[in-house]
Amino acid sequence: MSDTLTYVYALARDVEPAAVGGLTGVGGGPVRLLTGDGVTAVVSDVDRGEFEERALEERLEDLEWLAATARAHHHVVDTLGHDHLVAPLALATVYFDDERVRAVLAEGRDTFAAALDRLAGRAEWGLKIYARKGGGAAAGAEAAKPTSGADYLRQRRKALRESETSLDDARAAAAEVDAEVSALAAATRSHRLQDAQLSGQSDPMVLNHAYLLPVERADELRALVASLGDHPRIRVEVTGPWVPYSFAQAAQGAP
Amino acid sequence: MGALLLRAGGAGRSVTGPGSGELEPRATSLFGDEEVALVDLLDRLLAGGVVLAGDLTISLAGVDLVRISLRALITSIAPVERPGTLAARAERADRELESGHG
Repeated sequence: MSDTLTYVYALARDVEPAAVGGLTGVGGGPVRLLTGDGVTAVVSDVDRGEFEERALEERLEDLEWLAATARAHHHVVDTLGHDHLVAPLALATVYFDDERVRAVLAEGRDTFAAALDRLAGRAEWGLKIYARKGGGAAAGAEAAKPTSGADYLRQRRKALRESETSLDDARAAAAEVDAEVSALAAATRSHRLQDAQLSGQSDPMVLNHAYLLPVERADELRALVASLGDHPRIRVEVTGPWVPYSFAQAAQGAP
Repeated sequence: MGALLLRAGGAGRSVTGPGSGELEPRATSLFGDEEVALVDLLDRLLAGGVVLAGDLTISLAGVDLVRISLRALITSIAPVERPGTLAARAERADRELESGHG
């Protein structure tokens, strides 16, 4: 039994070995190519002990490991995606050896080819929309010192209601933006809303979507987002272009 | 602590700590002009980056594919937003107010 496993970063098309020359992956191993029939797997060896299931359960607790692994994975896919058509895989997609990867490439050849076709000429963009804090609803409650317990509760109830209303308004505004961007996009995918602790933003997030956009429409997205700069209810953040992480999957209903 | 580590941008990079820096030669986006927030990256690498053929994972699960799902970790850090929370608190405040009068 080998001491290593084969970590697969992405499937790709028309990649020359020179494109991964000097590129290192998770754990510092050199990135290699396994070429099947029309589809290439971008791989590197990783330490078996580190990635075997039992070890991984311990790793789940290790945010530093998670961060380093995610960055290393991203570095490989992002570098290659600059000049190549890539379908990035999920973090830690690992096979026992190269032969297993080749077998999977052969088995899924048509599915992979179709998935790559879908991504050609397109890139992923992210949109995060935050509710702007209501115009002093919460601050007002703090400002006027309550004269009694009942008064305090009355103020608090009012503040909560105003806050909830502004959140509803923000969600409605976000839905409108989503509809406009989706009209530009070939596909849309929603990600979970980021907790304020993760996003580092004090405003609550009301939308976190990824859009697969034809590259030539990126300017339209930028213009749309720029036009929303002074929106009273929402603040819009755009990220990208990303390699199409959120869209590297088989078409729905595929076997 | 998790928030600190996962936060985007320059601050986030500085708290990944010594020793992990070499695994992060450049935290830039496609075309290398912007930093990528780790939290946005994980959205994609965990929830977003479904294995190319989703059925691949299922058909090989437990056979020879050793693939982790760290979604549980992220879920534990970032609880799903509950839109009803504020309304529920407002209702509770209502009830307290009424009982206060009574």
